[in-house]
Amino acid sequence: MEERLQEILAPYKGKSDALIPVLQEVQAELGYLPEEAMMAIAKTTGVPESHVYGVATFYAQFYFTRRGKNQTKVCTGTACHVKGAARVIEAFERELGIDCGCTSEDFEHTLETVACVGSCALAPVVVVNEEVHGQFQSSSIGKVIEDLKE
Amino acid sequence: MLQRINSPSEMVEMRDFCKAAFARQKVRFLVCAGTGCIAGGSMEVYEELKRHIAERGEDVDVELLFEGKDSEAGASISGCHGFCQMGPLVRVEPKSTFYTKVKVKDVPDIITTTLDEDSVVERLLFKNPDGSHAVAEHDVPFYNRQTRIVLAGCGTIDPEDIRNYFAVDGYTALAQIFADHSPEEVIDIVTQSGLRGRGGGGFPAGRKWKAGYDAKATPKYVVCNGDEGDPGAFMDRSVLEGNPQAVLEGMTIAAYSIGARYGVIYVRAEYPLAVVRLQKAIAQAKEFGVLGENIMGTGFDFDIDIFQGAGAFVCGESTALTLSIEGKRGMPRVAPRPRTTEVGLYDKPTLLNNVKTFAYVPDIIRKSADWFKAIGTESSSGTAVFALTGHIKNSGLIEVPMGIKLREIIFDIGGGIPKGGKFKAVQTGGPSGGCLPESLLDTPIDYDSLDEAGSIMGSGGMVIMNERTCMVDVARYFLQFTEEESCGQCVPCRLGTKQLLEILNDICRGRGKKEDLDLLVELSHSVHGGSVCGLGQTAANPVLTTLRYFKAEYEAHIYDKCCPAGVCKELISFVIDEEKCKGCMLCAKNCPVDAISGEKKQVHTIDQSLCIQCGVCFDKCPNKFSAVECVSPKIPVTPKEKMEVS
Amino acid sequence: MSEVTITIDGLEIKAREGTTVLQAAQENGLYIPNLCNHPDLDPAGLCRVCVVKMDDWKIAISCKLPVKDGMVISTEDPEVQQIRKNTVELLVANHPMTCLTCERDSTCELQKVAHYVGIKPDDIKRYRRSVRSIPMDTSNPFFDMDHSKCILCGICVRTCDELQNINAINYAQRGVASLISTLGNKPIAESRCESCGECVVRCPVAALSPKNTMEPMRQVKSICTYCGVGCGVMLGVRGDQIVSVEGDYDNPVNQGSLCVKGRYGYKFINHPERLKTPLVRKNGELVEATWDEALDQIEAKFSKHKGEKFAALASARITNEDNYLIQKFTRAVMGTNNIDHCARL
Repeated sequence: MEERLQEILAPYKGKSDALIPVLQEVQAELGYLPEEAMMAIAKTTGVPESHVYGVATFYAQFYFTRRGKNQTKVCTGTACHVKGAARVIEAFERELGIDCGCTSEDFEHTLETVACVGSCALAPVVVVNEEVHGQFQSSSIGKVIEDLKE
Repeated sequence: MLQRINSPSEMVEMRDFCKAAFARQKVRFLVCAGTGCIAGGSMEVYEELKRHIAERGEDVDVELLFEGKDSEAGASISGCHGFCQMGPLVRVEPKSTFYTKVKVKDVPDIITTTLDEDSVVERLLFKNPDGSHAVAEHDVPFYNRQTRIVLAGCGTIDPEDIRNYFAVDGYTALAQIFADHSPEEVIDIVTQSGLRGRGGGGFPAGRKWKAGYDAKATPKYVVCNGDEGDPGAFMDRSVLEGNPQAVLEGMTIAAYSIGARYGVIYVRAEYPLAVVRLQKAIAQAKEFGVLGENIMGTGFDFDIDIFQGAGAFVCGESTALTLSIEGKRGMPRVAPRPRTTEVGLYDKPTLLNNVKTFAYVPDIIRKSADWFKAIGTESSSGTAVFALTGHIKNSGLIEVPMGIKLREIIFDIGGGIPKGGKFKAVQTGGPSGGCLPESLLDTPIDYDSLDEAGSIMGSGGMVIMNERTCMVDVARYFLQFTEEESCGQCVPCRLGTKQLLEILNDICRGRGKKEDLDLLVELSHSVHGGSVCGLGQTAANPVLTTLRYFKAEYEAHIYDKCCPAGVCKELISFVIDEEKCKGCMLCAKNCPVDAISGEKKQVHTIDQSLCIQCGVCFDKCPNKFSAVECVSPKIPVTPKEKMEVS
Repeated sequence: MSEVTITIDGLEIKAREGTTVLQAAQENGLYIPNLCNHPDLDPAGLCRVCVVKMDDWKIAISCKLPVKDGMVISTEDPEVQQIRKNTVELLVANHPMTCLTCERDSTCELQKVAHYVGIKPDDIKRYRRSVRSIPMDTSNPFFDMDHSKCILCGICVRTCDELQNINAINYAQRGVASLISTLGNKPIAESRCESCGECVVRCPVAALSPKNTMEPMRQVKSICTYCGVGCGVMLGVRGDQIVSVEGDYDNPVNQGSLCVKGRYGYKFINHPERLKTPLVRKNGELVEATWDEALDQIEAKFSKHKGEKFAALASARITNEDNYLIQKFTRAVMGTNNIDHCARL
């Protein structure tokens, strides 16, 4: 990890305004932002550590703990909300046995909400590992999870 | 011919060349490759179409057209058509035959009817409410009342091939200004057109451009705001995905007008496809010399970078957006502060407009300010783009002239409320907007009228709600959103939205107090007056409008512990009507907590002490029975009698 | 600098051009409630408590509003009062009610503002109260950080950045979850914090409070003994003990600022292990001696080592006068310039 990190960081030496792209790149590589990585980013870009953390925690895209292999995001945009997103979330919570916003102990699943994926005409929408499932019905959860096992 | 454009006059030649090339293809299948249709499997349809056409011995390679060869048929992708609900969509040119919900297995039929029989596949056509079929796209009621300018290219051209854009007059506006117009003249045209910022605020674009032109400091920047964060809105996404070149051309025209050398497009993290399309678009535009260094051989340089947002709604605010690009926390600058046109990105003059605002510009230049001004109303010219969603038959992306009535959009274009439902409210402007009731359906759509009604134009989300929507819950939903998205720097927004949310949560749970309604209003006004930026200043709008138009519903929650719409879980119970229940077991089998008892062919009952109000039984009970009912207030749960220990 | 005239609540006052309405009010002895403003820092305009109405129409924040000749300001406009009251009520509704045992009782800015606005118990009862429960950071030996009392005014963050240029802390998270934090919200002692305490003295509430909180009976003006900068200090004395140190705002050298040593390193003065008589080594052991005995020994031994083979190293923990004498002695008596000081900058 250390080596790969240095490789990513190399072009950003002293570039404090590139902080967000750097965080994005590092997270794409590591899956989340461990403290050591943020410290390395601070050192390379010259941004104080507290600011790196301040910026990273400001944006919803960044994670600070290890996440599940499969990531399920239930859209909670307005259209999805009025079409029952809350019930979809509850159904996923029941099925996966984890609370929304959490990762299962075996790191298989992470369940979370997303503000709006902009596929409102297909509401309610669930995004599973980048794949958009439109007009989602809670009854199809079992199949969705089964498909992930393949 | 397909080479770098070295002078504005070469642009016209390029257009004619591309037009002629595409005209050599007799039939063209355009498969929608918007996020919605892709989710429905449109890319598989596209591959299948290509395979079938190739099997017929046609050359599907579009490059051959440019080499002067003719082709009987070809397939290409297109941007979002807007009618996402009916996707995957396939449009067949030149007749604009419009197929909906196309599956891979439909492809052979489409091919043979089109190419061999010169006919249509009826089952895939849009079915009108009267049972007839609409053949062409413009025959569909959803489309035939629209006026498409920004969306004109979405769904008709391949967003990943700049030559498609050239063929529809793309970049001729830029060539025209290089040849004939000084920057001041361009700004004059934009001013005269009456174009107002489409991000929601409605600030006159011409005035902003003029301020950018007048700013002395250098370098100057042009920034495109594609941080479309409103939940329930996807207009910008569709434009960026469906016609990215129009945005680039608009930005380049803006750069020429104010004298900028660099531009940035800020795209939301949730829009990966838009980023890919933009990357391709920028690379192609540079290759053809319509972007980058020495554009069209005029010596004018303009470069555009893409910045991917990291997920913060508040970054839609202009100062927060520029700070975010600089790698900082997206906390809006506190007024009084200089305008972004004076101190913006990297503290330099910055012209910041919404995606659609830029996308309108090439058309305005090409067709004149008067043409644009003739569309819409006196104070709000042009068209408005809305994402029409929620409880509506035809949901999707629409573009309508300003001044159109809400009623026309909802009932004529949108087709009304599905499944015999009743209209209750329309929400515009996202979390900063408001909910308008049926009595205001004749409000014309323009910046000022919506403002007066207590809502706002916003960037274009329009969510329709039926009678099964609880307005207190809707207000609570939006406050939850703003509370989560508040940057937290100023007290009224940080703690005010939290307090409003907690009060609304209590009301939804039947714990509201009678003095809460006054406190809601009082706090709403203070959060409005006291907050730093637009997010906080408008955060209470959903509360104020629902209180204004649906006060009785709040009172029912507080005094009667009743949710008339049957949404707020703590206030409802599900019961099974003994008369209607046929004992089909569907509800019982699906109940996640086994609260429903009853054998097959026997009337089922719900054990209220076990029920978690998930509503699965309500959804599962077949429509023909409709035996499960939602009642409010809640049926009191009688504690089970104590069992005697023997 | 030219002067302008502005009117605040009907009172005409003179203001220096380039100042803000809040500054002008303060310079004329008028109180406009405020929380996130500090004279040493750039105005932030975040607490919104210093809200005023300008020229009868515009709601503005007085800490960021530049004065303009003829400007008419109202701090008592009904809309302004309402916004200010609700804003302070919101803060109070989210703040612990432990004033009596709080270190900042009677010097707390929130208390002062709440009192000014006139908040009654019934006003607060209308609200949903909640106080955040983030564990207190007690890792620093000199001060504690209590997030439950923090009003997120950002004065500490700006102090650490604008004045100290250390940036040990910053805002983290966002919205109601916002907090002042180090990287990963690690204990502040593990951050690059230098414990200068500049944030602690500026905190308007007791979110940052010194561990040692004994109030002095009187203050004595002095100069810090640690290094060559010579910062002015106000030593807080109670009986014969020094119980606190504050920076001397009137001293042109430090204008009130101090470092960790000057502010918190005063315990040695009254430390029980501090030497009070000379020690002379006898048979390998240090034993107490009289001054005559010690000086005799020094004279006997030093006189053999005059010139360049001699060097003196002076201590920071003696008075400046004593340090002066040591160098004088080294140069004039011992005949060498080999003199240095342990805290030389």
